Amino acid sequence: MHPAFSVIFFTVASGAGFGLFSLLFIADTFKLGGGFTPTQLIIGGIVALGLIMFGLLSSTFHLANPKNAWRAFSRFRTSWLSREGVFAVVFMPLALVYLASIWFDAPQWLRETFGFMAAVLAWITVFSTGMIYACLKTIRQWNTPLVPANYLALGYASGSLLLLLGAVIVGLDTTPYIAMAALIVSIAAVLKAIYYFWIRSPGLTPTINTATGLTRAKVKLLDTGHTHGTFLTQEFGFQIARQKAGLLKVVVFVLGFALPGLMLVWVFNQQGGQAAAIVAALAGITGAAVERWLFFAEARHVVNLYHGAQRC
Amino acid sequence: MRLGLVIDLDVCVGCHACAIACKEWNASGTIGPLSDYQPYGAEPSGVWFNRIRHYEMDEYPNNKTVNFPMSCMHCEDADCVTVCPTGASYKRAEDGIVLIDQDKCMGCNYCSWACPYGARELDRSSGTMKKCTLCVDRIYDQELPVEERQPSCVLTCPAHARMFGDFDDPDSAVSRTVRERGGFPLMPELNYNPTNTYLPPRRKPVIPVETQPKGGLKESIKQFANKLVRR
Repeated sequence: MHPAFSVIFFTVASGAGFGLFSLLFIADTFKLGGGFTPTQLIIGGIVALGLIMFGLLSSTFHLANPKNAWRAFSRFRTSWLSREGVFAVVFMPLALVYLASIWFDAPQWLRETFGFMAAVLAWITVFSTGMIYACLKTIRQWNTPLVPANYLALGYASGSLLLLLGAVIVGLDTTPYIAMAALIVSIAAVLKAIYYFWIRSPGLTPTINTATGLTRAKVKLLDTGHTHGTFLTQEFGFQIARQKAGLLKVVVFVLGFALPGLMLVWVFNQQGGQAAAIVAALAGITGAAVERWLFFAEARHVVNLYHGAQRC
Repeated sequence: MRLGLVIDLDVCVGCHACAIACKEWNASGTIGPLSDYQPYGAEPSGVWFNRIRHYEMDEYPNNKTVNFPMSCMHCEDADCVTVCPTGASYKRAEDGIVLIDQDKCMGCNYCSWACPYGARELDRSSGTMKKCTLCVDRIYDQELPVEERQPSCVLTCPAHARMFGDFDDPDSAVSRTVRERGGFPLMPELNYNPTNTYLPPRRKPVIPVETQPKGGLKESIKQFANKLVRR
């Protein structure tokens, strides 16, 4: 699949935003490390909402006809893309009521109820983002429950690193934030490792024989029939060298998981403090972006069988 | 009704006439135009509803070239319709034709990801997705003579490799042909239940290519005689 930068930016930014927002709610409920002040909570919430809005806006850049984008909310009952948009829009007022109830010092039950509902919707929205890809039977690298699991784990990992950065900046007790980030980042790393292991073996997938129905002998492509590239070759023809993919997987693990993990140790030992937390957050998000690029680059659509691939 | 095409892989000569006729009719049809990019330039490309690929089956001397026209299969379980977030893609209840409402499409490409057959192509000039309409603006046209109320590709095919008809009617020409010739759908394992059906290439006899003499007494005498007699 052709990796579109607007979609990569959208999924990474909105994933981190939704992750940050729901973890912010948890930090607020349990007053982790002493608890953020109302002003700090609201600034954190605005950063999360900003990431989400920025991501959603960037997702419209890959549309060829954005004037019809508003119609994307209409097929909630069948389309995961539509559901993702609807959940993101429902999340917004809940999140704003939560932030407002912090600002105006509303009763605790109101604050907790709306915070909880916003956190649950954040979870559902990121799940829907993953399901946009996981529901496609045409791409075996995507058609697995590990995809929504990875989207959630990486979104929350980025969010937890951003939250730790916030806790370091305002000078809270960082121990609970370090524990939370360490746990989520390691779960994300393990899930990603399982995913990479899983997509290595092709399993029972269509071949050039079932694609052409000519199952009685070996089939090979003689001519694609087009003079130059088509929409199909531009959208689905992208292929990444196995060696390059392997190298990028190392980058994902070093940048996305190992370096933030090391920085957590530094923050814990009071070495570097703010600088280490900044490096952790930046490395985690950059790692997630590389992971997302690779997620697209490694996906092989079955239409490639008609363009000569023996198996996808 | 379940309208669709039968494509005879045994007969198709790979002339691309169906694709040209399709482009000609649909460029001015309900879903047109079908944009071309650099049609006379170095890298000609554009939107087509029908593409013909060429494959070779098996190895010499048992090999056979198979010409392979492909357009929208008008699937019974069309995921391209299910995944569409705007409702632009729809499948008609009355005849099973899958269409795209050009006024609703936002050009997100998601339906083309869901289609295993590569039937959907984005028109980069209008920003909308386009696909085979089964010539919906032809097959119901009361102004045309009855025998011309068929998709352009079927009418134009010089080898008669394409048939159009109703698959729900067990006595229609397409249903009978599929039964008699052992027609098959493409990639059935994905469970899209495509309507279009392909007829397999016939098993042709292998033409012997050995030129070596067979040996034996008769052959040796013949060769001996051939050496003696000077022509």
